[in-house]
Amino acid sequence: MATKNVRLKIGEMKTSTGLVKNLELSIGSLVDDAKYPEPMGPTPMPSMTTLRDWDMKLLNKYKPFYMPDCDLCCLCTFGKCDLTAGKRGACGLDIATQSSRIVLLACSIGAACHTAHSRHLVHHLIEKYGRRFPLDIGGLNIKVEAPITRLVTGIKPETLGDLEDVLNYAEEQITQCLAVGHTGQEGNNLDFESKAFHVGMVDHIGMEVGDIAQISTLGYPKADPEAPLVKLGIGSVDRTKPVIMCIGHNVVPSVGIIDYARDNKVDDKVEVVGLCCTAHDITRYYNRGRIVGPISWQLRFVRAGLADVVVLDEQCVRTDIFDEAGKVHAPVIAASEKNCMGFKNRTNDPADEIVADLISGKVKGVLILDPEKVGEVAVRVAQQVAPIRRRMSSLPSLDELKQIAKTCTQCKQCQRNCPQDYNISKTLKVAGEGDLSLLTELYETCIGCGRCEEACPQKIMVHSLIIKAGEKAMLCEDNLCRVGRGAVSDVEIRNVGSPIVLGEIPGIVAIVGCSNYPKGGKDVYDICREFASRRYIVVVSGCAAMSAGSYRNSEGKTLYEEFPGGFEAGGVLNVGSCVANSHIAGAAIKVANIFAKRSLRGNYEEIADYIHNRLGAVGLAWGAYSQKAAAIGAGFWRLGIPVLVGPHGVKYRRMLLGREDKTEDWEVLDARTGNKVNVGPAPEHLFNSVETKEECMVAIAKLCIRPNDTWKGRSIKLSHYVDLSKRYLGVMPNDLHLFVRTMADVPSTMKDEFIKILEAHDWKETVIPDPTLLPRMVRKMKE
Amino acid sequence: MSCEPWQCAEIAATKKANPITKPEIAIAMIKKAQRPLLIVGSNATERYMGGKQLIDHLIDFANASNVPVVATAHMVGEFLKRGYQPAGFMNAMDIGQRVVDPEWQGLDGKGHPDLVLFVGLPYYVESLMLSGLKHFAPDLKTMTLDNLFHPHASWSFPNATLEEWAANLTVMTSKFNGGN
Repeated sequence: MATKNVRLKIGEMKTSTGLVKNLELSIGSLVDDAKYPEPMGPTPMPSMTTLRDWDMKLLNKYKPFYMPDCDLCCLCTFGKCDLTAGKRGACGLDIATQSSRIVLLACSIGAACHTAHSRHLVHHLIEKYGRRFPLDIGGLNIKVEAPITRLVTGIKPETLGDLEDVLNYAEEQITQCLAVGHTGQEGNNLDFESKAFHVGMVDHIGMEVGDIAQISTLGYPKADPEAPLVKLGIGSVDRTKPVIMCIGHNVVPSVGIIDYARDNKVDDKVEVVGLCCTAHDITRYYNRGRIVGPISWQLRFVRAGLADVVVLDEQCVRTDIFDEAGKVHAPVIAASEKNCMGFKNRTNDPADEIVADLISGKVKGVLILDPEKVGEVAVRVAQQVAPIRRRMSSLPSLDELKQIAKTCTQCKQCQRNCPQDYNISKTLKVAGEGDLSLLTELYETCIGCGRCEEACPQKIMVHSLIIKAGEKAMLCEDNLCRVGRGAVSDVEIRNVGSPIVLGEIPGIVAIVGCSNYPKGGKDVYDICREFASRRYIVVVSGCAAMSAGSYRNSEGKTLYEEFPGGFEAGGVLNVGSCVANSHIAGAAIKVANIFAKRSLRGNYEEIADYIHNRLGAVGLAWGAYSQKAAAIGAGFWRLGIPVLVGPHGVKYRRMLLGREDKTEDWEVLDARTGNKVNVGPAPEHLFNSVETKEECMVAIAKLCIRPNDTWKGRSIKLSHYVDLSKRYLGVMPNDLHLFVRTMADVPSTMKDEFIKILEAHDWKETVIPDPTLLPRMVRKMKE
Repeated sequence: MSCEPWQCAEIAATKKANPITKPEIAIAMIKKAQRPLLIVGSNATERYMGGKQLIDHLIDFANASNVPVVATAHMVGEFLKRGYQPAGFMNAMDIGQRVVDPEWQGLDGKGHPDLVLFVGLPYYVESLMLSGLKHFAPDLKTMTLDNLFHPHASWSFPNATLEEWAANLTVMTSKFNGGN
């Protein structure tokens, strides 16, 4: 977009007006509009309040429902303050405002995390490839390379260096939002919510920058619907080779490992495997990489003794993994400034010395901040440690398991500390009697947090018993995941723009996020398969993409083999790691820009208004646990895209709920006439938690309904809503009359049932508007 | 029977539930209420005690007490399968949001509930919903019929065994006119 850091220095210059000596001019950036002919929209580089009016429109429709996780505030020394039931704290804050403040803080942490990750990537990649390295995330198939960045900042980045300007903006906004969390800054819950939306929007910029930087430089698939399939699961790891396990989200140290292995021609002699989002990015870079599984499998892999070296980068890393690795004599390399683990910094020491210290056991872990050195040390240590360790495990034998289980006193502390409330003590009781079936079942659904062990007064390593019972199944986990493809191409958007907006493709379901599942990962597979079979577009990322690939159909095919990888009806596309979530929002934005030809640059409100009213997209984070997931959600909220979370998502403490029984909440403007039109609860919520998979299936179909649906599109959407409701809830929906605008909306095969419902509710026909929430979008205002 | 939060970390600060030490206390509260409402969650088919599922105990109780039932998650179909028509079905957050709204006039439009009973939601979901009601509907009475102590409720049974739970529900059902 710009020429950055222009410096002009004049030692001495004679002019008609006089002599100039030692003149120095420095210009931060020059906006070169010739390269970006689209005119700047009304809100480039928005501050925290620029889009506040838009936020309030959404928050007026979708009101916060707070469920405080804590009655107190303990953030300053006036406290602890009891905020129960309307009491205000020493600073004047009440519990609604405190709850929204916590939401803002969570979203700010998440946005900071992604953006700091991206800053590190951009720094590193500029160092390696230069500031002028061109951005390319899809060749000729992608002209809109950074839709979120263009929409929010007005910048059209063309080189790695341009991304620094984008990050400067993002970092400033995150700092501003974090500052609002200080005592005595903001006194209104809706203003906190608006700022949470703001930092969520910024989070998406941070993610986008990181992913387009790594796609452009590291040879990842570029918007490729046929990105290769890669091995997934603990059983897919070749245990005859030394295994290097990388945990986290930032691929840079993993690249160091892979490059070293390749350069030294040992890449076929060591296994480089990843866990959590680093795994996705390893496989985007390296076709021999393996995805072990989601975040919750860290203890499984390490305790089973499968890792010879553990390399930690950043985010979602168990902070006790050092202790766990120590028990199986697996050396640990911490490779991120954000995650030093208390290790001595050995970055400047000779590799030979570090390798010797780790192999001898003189030190159990080191901090190395040079990715190339990480690569050399990890590979050499793995090769030398593997024959010594010989897959040393910290799991008991099956006989020991039964003996340990007998020591359980049935106090139920394990269950009372289990996030899932699993009846663990019962499984131990029968295990002590020789029956491991319940423990084996638990292996399938346990999220691997280990809280049961912390609570056990008998010091039983409960999770190890679960892993041992499930070991046989674990070592057979050999499935496939499609490598993260990155962005959705402009061509794909053109192909599906019309059927999506008109409602004929019933929706886009983005199934993303972490693995804090209520009943195991199979639910994710089932949800993906249900909607792909119904020809929705299913987009996945992160740990959810791994869970989606971890099961097979009756023909033995994984989801990625059964369905195509394109952005098309019935497609299941894995965009990639956490930062690749930006491509999902990006695709929504590109529909408005490429298909509907709405101006993109600095034009946030109009694009969000378009998406909210026309694009039947829903996000589902079935196992969301993190602050990053909160920030990602907030970015979608501001775009007007509804987000569902699984039952553990209630712990985000605040939902944004519409009220379908309040008809006055559902009016939009008809852009053709300026008339107010009641469009019903479409979409009904902006953020909600669902309790079970069955409920989730129905909620997704319902949340894909939009005011702009054509009668044909609405009819298709309603038929799915009714069908899923009958199938999973065992009942017709009780709100169908709110979604029928004309009789043409009624699915032809369900006419009789609908007519009865409509008559019972005194239904009246209404019009299908050109919907908008923005008065300025009305072409002819009503007199 | 312990009155500690069932999930150990779900602690409340200064306003904690009164324990229901015997079912007669709950019965008196329910009989005194003008417009009670029972919210039933997805564990209704996951708990088995006293020879039948929780949902069957609850149908007996609802038939006997005439307390209207809102089924959350996918429980509506389970009720219908058993021949019981709940007064309503909706998402747990939706009913929670309505209950904190003082202007909401109940499922029948005749008035806001004055006592909301909870049972069978995942513990953490129910706990947070009760917290929401404690803070934002402080005049509303809430009660749980679970066998797990919920500190954010106004009234909660202590932690109890499945057998004790079944016995409590049976007693409660028997003390209403419609009970056997």
